[in-house]
Amino acid sequence: MSETAIAAPSPTPRWEADPVLDVEHLTMRFGGLVAVDDLSFAVGRGDITAIIGPNGAGKTTVFNCITGFYKPTEGRLTMRRAEGEEFLLERMPDFQIAARAKVARTFQNIRLFGGMTVLENLMVAQHNPLMKASYFTFGGVLGLSHYRRSEKEAIGFATSWLEQIRLIDRADDPAADLPYGAQRRLEIARAMCTRPEILCLDEPAAGLNPRESAELNDLLRLIRDEYQTSVLLIEHDMSVVMEISDHVVVLDYGKKIADGPADVIRNDPAVIAAYLGVEDDEVEAAEEEVEEIKEEAERR
Amino acid sequence: MATTSPSRRPAAELVKDAAYSALIALALAAPIIGLQTVTARGGLGLNARWDDVFLIVLAVFAGRLLLNFTIWRHQGARPIGQKWFQRAGGRPFARHGHTLSKIIGPLALAVALLLPALPFSDRYVMDLSIMVLTYIMLGWGLNIVVGLAGLLDLGYVAFYAIGAYSFALLATHFDLGFWICLPLAGILAAFWGVILGFPVLRLRGDYLAIVTLAFGEIIRVVLLNWYEFTGGPNGILGIPDPTLFGLEFARRGDNTFHEFFGLSYSSMHKIIFLYYIILCLALITNFVTLRLRRLPVGRAWEALREDEIACRSLGINTTNTKLTAFAIGAMFGGFAGSFFATRQGFISPESFTFIESALILAIVVLGGLGSQVGVVIAAIVMMGGFEYFREFEQYRMLIFGLAMVFIMVWRPRGLISTRSPSVILKERKAIGADLVGQGHG
Ligand SMILES: Nc1ncnc2c1ncn2[C@@H]1O[C@H](COP(=O)(O)OP(=O)(O)O)[C@@H](O)[C@H]1O
Ligand SMILES: [Mg+2]
Repeated sequence: MSETAIAAPSPTPRWEADPVLDVEHLTMRFGGLVAVDDLSFAVGRGDITAIIGPNGAGKTTVFNCITGFYKPTEGRLTMRRAEGEEFLLERMPDFQIAARAKVARTFQNIRLFGGMTVLENLMVAQHNPLMKASYFTFGGVLGLSHYRRSEKEAIGFATSWLEQIRLIDRADDPAADLPYGAQRRLEIARAMCTRPEILCLDEPAAGLNPRESAELNDLLRLIRDEYQTSVLLIEHDMSVVMEISDHVVVLDYGKKIADGPADVIRNDPAVIAAYLGVEDDEVEAAEEEVEEIKEEAERR
Repeated sequence: MATTSPSRRPAAELVKDAAYSALIALALAAPIIGLQTVTARGGLGLNARWDDVFLIVLAVFAGRLLLNFTIWRHQGARPIGQKWFQRAGGRPFARHGHTLSKIIGPLALAVALLLPALPFSDRYVMDLSIMVLTYIMLGWGLNIVVGLAGLLDLGYVAFYAIGAYSFALLATHFDLGFWICLPLAGILAAFWGVILGFPVLRLRGDYLAIVTLAFGEIIRVVLLNWYEFTGGPNGILGIPDPTLFGLEFARRGDNTFHEFFGLSYSSMHKIIFLYYIILCLALITNFVTLRLRRLPVGRAWEALREDEIACRSLGINTTNTKLTAFAIGAMFGGFAGSFFATRQGFISPESFTFIESALILAIVVLGGLGSQVGVVIAAIVMMGGFEYFREFEQYRMLIFGLAMVFIMVWRPRGLISTRSPSVILKERKAIGADLVGQGHG
């Protein structure tokens, strides 16, 4: 697919033709600091889109705006669901963005329900359909069979994901007891259990070893191809980005400096100067950060 | 310290450990047991009972030594002294906690059901049991808010008061009976739970605690000052007794219990009836809570306690989730309140002071946040202990405080601190307290 983009630089790239998410003129200010500055890009339906950029470029802030954790200072975020409904995310409370606009996310520093089991984590993710099935608790308290059936289905769905991420044997262990890489996978599976149309992953490969990283690539491809979920990911690891993304957006100091297919981005002089050019220090800094995150996760 | 070596510990160390325990027992027992206040001529006198202290210290020493040489021989030192403070949770008990609660549950239920028939159950025991059960029910109700949803509520007694006053006012003004008022009182309390919930849901931790505390006090002050409506400090008199399908528990009347069954009148009938009412109410509270835990709301409560932001990222309406926790907790408080009113026959704001909230919270915390069995144990130990030390009046709070400190040091996460999963795939494993979040409240 990227071949066509290189061969004939068509005026409208594929992701602009059918975007699942449209970010227009997004600006986020924290007091005097402009974390995201007039950023516009589109996330193509069924694409893996990567946002890259040095530390502090504003990537996580973009995610927080998309998922409603921050209210953008300016700009418009339009989510277009497959069945045609449109949502203006900047006007919705965070939980509705997940529940109705079907945007799911993971966090840079993993946020699992540590004291609950792996299976319970995936059940909490199916809260809204289960809540309906329990007739908003009233039916459930009375023990209606309708709810019991729905719960079985939910467990079945969770189980299929646990098999997918190879955690089925640890289903009844507390999530906090899992090793770091497994926690990352579980967080992705938990987000997928909300049956999203777009999955936002904040540095999912951070702290993974090369084998886990390769596995993650397979998982992301599976999510894109089998579950028809568009993926928007923030990533430091250029090998991951270049290997799996259909479309790359590069941020620097909150501004977009490049936008295009992975192999075009790789050779973009502005990107090389801003990000790839300073590889050595950058990689070191990133690695340090990863170590910290890892230690923190281990401690928790 | 030899605590690190997993093998057998030397005998000298075991003796030293036992001596250390005995020393602590001495420090505790000397003032509590050794000195008894007696009313002497011209004021209060002290009565020394050093022989009792000696016996207790001896018992602690011998018991500890015995345990050290038998069960604990291979386990490394038990926590004593400063090691206590380093332990985050009751990990060694984590594995036993679950099986323990499995046995205690049915056993306690059987005892509770048969209690009125047991030989030692005189009026005093029944009255005490009714009180303990009321606190168990309140503890279970508060457990939903504090233990499951992780919201620290210091004003729970407000809902208890609302339930009691709802029933008392409805009964005295409209001549309604207990069974009609009971659900109404619960609904009213739940309604007030939502009213309180709205403004405080944005608050976290200390702020939430302070606002709920203030709410509890406001309710009490309103009850105290709204003279025309609530009777102010005089309270409300003449609250009717509950009836059994229309049968009254009175000595004389048209339709009395003892005449209907051809028994001779005994005031115990009413007490036993009240006992079974509160037992039923408490069991319903427990049943509903256990059910709710396995439903999506209950799971959302616990998820909320673990990580609120993650909850929102999964599409959970955290505001509604918190409100339901407040409302359902308040509803059970309201039920307990109307029971309290019907049992006492008289209520006044004095019964609903902050110390009650603190007591209920202490029961929940000491029992182990979120643990149903823990609440039962804590309520029995605490209320029983209060009753037992009634003679010591002025030392009661001191002993209470010491007991709190002791338990918090021994089991910082409460007596039963493990969490049992709400849904399992293959095998039920208890989750150690150190992994379970305590909420932001
Ligand atoms: N809540 C906040 N308040 C103030 N400044 C913030 C906040 N969140 C992010 N920032 C600032 O915005 C900038 C971008 O941060 P972030 O989006 O986390 O970068 P990254 O690209 O590394 O994810 C940083 O300078 C950061 O300090
Ligand atoms: Mg970031």
